[in-house]
Amino acid sequence: MKLLIKNGRLIDPSQGLDGVGDLTIEDGKIAGIALHAAPQRGGRAKNSPSDARREVSSPDDLRIIDARGMVVMPGLIDMHVHLREPGYEHKETIRTGTMAAIRGGVTTVCCMPNTFPVNDNASVTEFIKRKAAEEGFCTVLPIGAITKGQKGEELAEIGTMTKEGCIAFSDDGNPVMNSLIMRRALEYSQAFNVPILSHSEDLSLSRGGVMNEGLLSLTLGLTGSPAEAEQIMIFRDIVLAELTGGVLHIAHVSTERSVEIVRHAKERGVRITAETCPHYFTLTEEAVRGYDTNAKVNPPLRTARDVEAIIRGLRDGTIDVITTDHAPHHKDEKMREFDEAPSGISGLETALALSLKLVEKGDLTLGQLVEKMAQNPARILGTEKGTLRVGADADVVVVDTAREFLVDPDSFISKGKNTPFRGWTLKGAPVFTIVGGVVYEW
Amino acid sequence: MSKELMNKKDLERALTRMAHEIIEKNKGISNLCLIGIQRGGVHLARRLAAKIGSIEQKDIPVGSLDIAFYRDDLNIRKQQPIVRKTDIPFEVNDLKIVLVDDVLFTGRSIRSAMDALMDIGRPAAIQLAVLIDRGHRELPIKADYVGKNIPTSLSETVEVQMEEEGLDDRVILKKMDAGGEKGAQ
Amino acid sequence: MRGERKVLSSKDLLGIKELSREEITLVLDTAAGFKDILGRDIKKVPTLRGKTTVNLFFEPSTRTRTSFELAAKRLSTDVINFSVPTSSVVKGESLVDTALTVQALGADFIVIRHASSGVPHLLARHLHASVINAGDGTNEHPTQALLDAFTIREKKGRIAGLTVAIVGDIMHSRVAKSNIYCLKTLGADVRLIGPPTLIPRNLRETGVAIFHNMEDGLKGADVLIMLRIQMERQGKGFFPSTEEYAKNWGLTPERLSRAKEDVIVMHPGPMNRGIEIVSEIADGPKSVILEQVTNGIAVRMSVMYLLSGVKR
Repeated sequence: MKLLIKNGRLIDPSQGLDGVGDLTIEDGKIAGIALHAAPQRGGRAKNSPSDARREVSSPDDLRIIDARGMVVMPGLIDMHVHLREPGYEHKETIRTGTMAAIRGGVTTVCCMPNTFPVNDNASVTEFIKRKAAEEGFCTVLPIGAITKGQKGEELAEIGTMTKEGCIAFSDDGNPVMNSLIMRRALEYSQAFNVPILSHSEDLSLSRGGVMNEGLLSLTLGLTGSPAEAEQIMIFRDIVLAELTGGVLHIAHVSTERSVEIVRHAKERGVRITAETCPHYFTLTEEAVRGYDTNAKVNPPLRTARDVEAIIRGLRDGTIDVITTDHAPHHKDEKMREFDEAPSGISGLETALALSLKLVEKGDLTLGQLVEKMAQNPARILGTEKGTLRVGADADVVVVDTAREFLVDPDSFISKGKNTPFRGWTLKGAPVFTIVGGVVYEW
Repeated sequence: MSKELMNKKDLERALTRMAHEIIEKNKGISNLCLIGIQRGGVHLARRLAAKIGSIEQKDIPVGSLDIAFYRDDLNIRKQQPIVRKTDIPFEVNDLKIVLVDDVLFTGRSIRSAMDALMDIGRPAAIQLAVLIDRGHRELPIKADYVGKNIPTSLSETVEVQMEEEGLDDRVILKKMDAGGEKGAQ
Repeated sequence: MRGERKVLSSKDLLGIKELSREEITLVLDTAAGFKDILGRDIKKVPTLRGKTTVNLFFEPSTRTRTSFELAAKRLSTDVINFSVPTSSVVKGESLVDTALTVQALGADFIVIRHASSGVPHLLARHLHASVINAGDGTNEHPTQALLDAFTIREKKGRIAGLTVAIVGDIMHSRVAKSNIYCLKTLGADVRLIGPPTLIPRNLRETGVAIFHNMEDGLKGADVLIMLRIQMERQGKGFFPSTEEYAKNWGLTPERLSRAKEDVIVMHPGPMNRGIEIVSEIADGPKSVILEQVTNGIAVRMSVMYLLSGVKR
């Protein structure tokens, strides 16, 4: 089965590619790229470095997609998603989560280990991989727990889990509070060439906090979690990464000083990467006024200054990746006292459009967006995806950047309807998501 | 569209006559007081009290009564009535009270006023003085003292304007438009 | 009757933050009418006859609950008291379910007190009954602030331009917060007095003056609102002992003399005599503490009366 996507704007920073052209897919792999010649006076037609024009031979085995006016980019790689299975299937399953992912243009999902049981051993990893192969709609790469039960006391069997298929390790949901254990994790993981994804939060400072600490939390009578709880831990994690030479990736950066700390470390040459999520560059703590539990998330929504700093961090490369931290919860769980409601935003179906807003505002180029959402995650995880190179897996998304839609969580594919963006009108949605050559149309 | 029913002089004469009637019927003013119903009856009660006082050369107690809490139409009104002052600086037990209101219409305001008075104390008797009786009673209520009887239709409204409120003394008849609210007057 | 349009804009009373200056004034003006009624032999009006009020108190409170109960009864509503240990909430029923059940039983007013901030807001979203906040976590206690404002206005004739000092544990007091919003909206100058550990620094951003020295803070004050020191705070490092607290921030006649001659002293109750306030002052001529209690019923009647008039 051949697939020809023609007339779209092909964007692939891994090849320095940005131009209108045709993409062919065959047997689940990218087969060819041909840029359309740009009419120039006396000049040669511009071609891509990997130009290999294949003739369309048998028309009946061919599907043609006209992507005129649309953007064709590598399928997005979301390296921070909670699929909730095994154990919390009322919130989400591998099936519904991956379906929501492809709806959002995501073709590879890395799922966090805070399931029940925790993914801290090979048999749970194997379960996840098998379920994903049977019921999943996209590639699922499990993230294993750093410590047994995510308790922060003893290292989990990182080596065995890597062999079974874990792509990275994190105790996400929890930090590794004990610095010695974190040091060991950063040392030990190097034997297996896997990154440590750190949920950086000093629990002794953030204890009881349900929103950002500040005048607003005081006004609303809610216990606040100070920005310093994140900053202290990021700094500690970076210092340990420097000490050990381990591969560190900082999850969900949310504050101004956090960005500064990461920036300085990178300037000193430390091997770290960092991610942020759309809610941290779109909303402030004001979204909590009125006690909307859909705006309750950890790390919490911060101030306008922090939002600006996050956007600057994305622009200058301090922040490498945009993920969703997709955290679906059951409606009943969120319909509770603000103090008691679980934290989390169901983000897979809004992330692309919210990120495209940055492109529209001029904060990022489209190429940078693809870097943050496909190319860099692939590089950090050590997979060959996130690219449109000939021979790569045919994970492609065709996006209509002008298509407007109303955010209606009740019609989300994800079981998680918990989003603070309900009622927003957003622009930019996938029209075709292609996973390994299999086409889904929206 | 409005029509003047009484001018300043007419009002003055009516009040003078009513003052005399009150004194005559009660054979003097002993044990008597006037209480004006908010809002329209308050100024009238004071004027009547002044006239009675000058005729008898003796002051008569005057008070004002708000009936917002005793209305029977709270659930159906378009807007909630404003609560005004109830100021009755004397004991009402065993006193004869002349309730004063500007316009007597369905009679419901008067019923509310009587309920309120009963909760305040136990008057010896209650009489009713109104400047205008416009008919259309919905309850068995009758005024003892009437300034002027004016037959009206339900699509009309009677408005009493007074100097104390910054307007010239007069009574006018207005034709209501379709959106007017029917309320006890 | 010519009607002037004066209504509340929401079917619920969730906090002072949600009220405009006009709405606060409307509540206070209407309360004056109800206070008259409380002075009569028959302390009752038929105004809300047939309506049902449910007191949903998840935190123990005799005085506030009794005040609401009396207010509801004086308006002729039927009253049901629903206190947590005896209810199905303990059996695991969710908060929203409990409230919906109560509404299905015919409640027109639900008065709620809960330890978690934002609970009245959650219920108001799901109910068409009127939700009245009787205290939520460390967020607000709006009817307390309204009755305090009513008391001040009655005694002083106005609120704008007055200097009002609030003394005590501001940090954990929803009463303090509601009072700060209310008094500032009505134009008073607000001062906070207490130990640094009990007054959050960010409050300076809201335009109130903060004093840690009581004598300085009381100078020239027109009104004092004394807050109760909660004994549970003592072991947690906020102040070393109640004795030391009383020595530095307890209201004594000597300290009181720093305020204006005609100062009035208020306290939301219950008082810790000898700690935040001495008996001589609590029972003295400048104290209006007992009047606050009476005014509380009038103000709560006013709130219920006005909420009942809001069209859904």
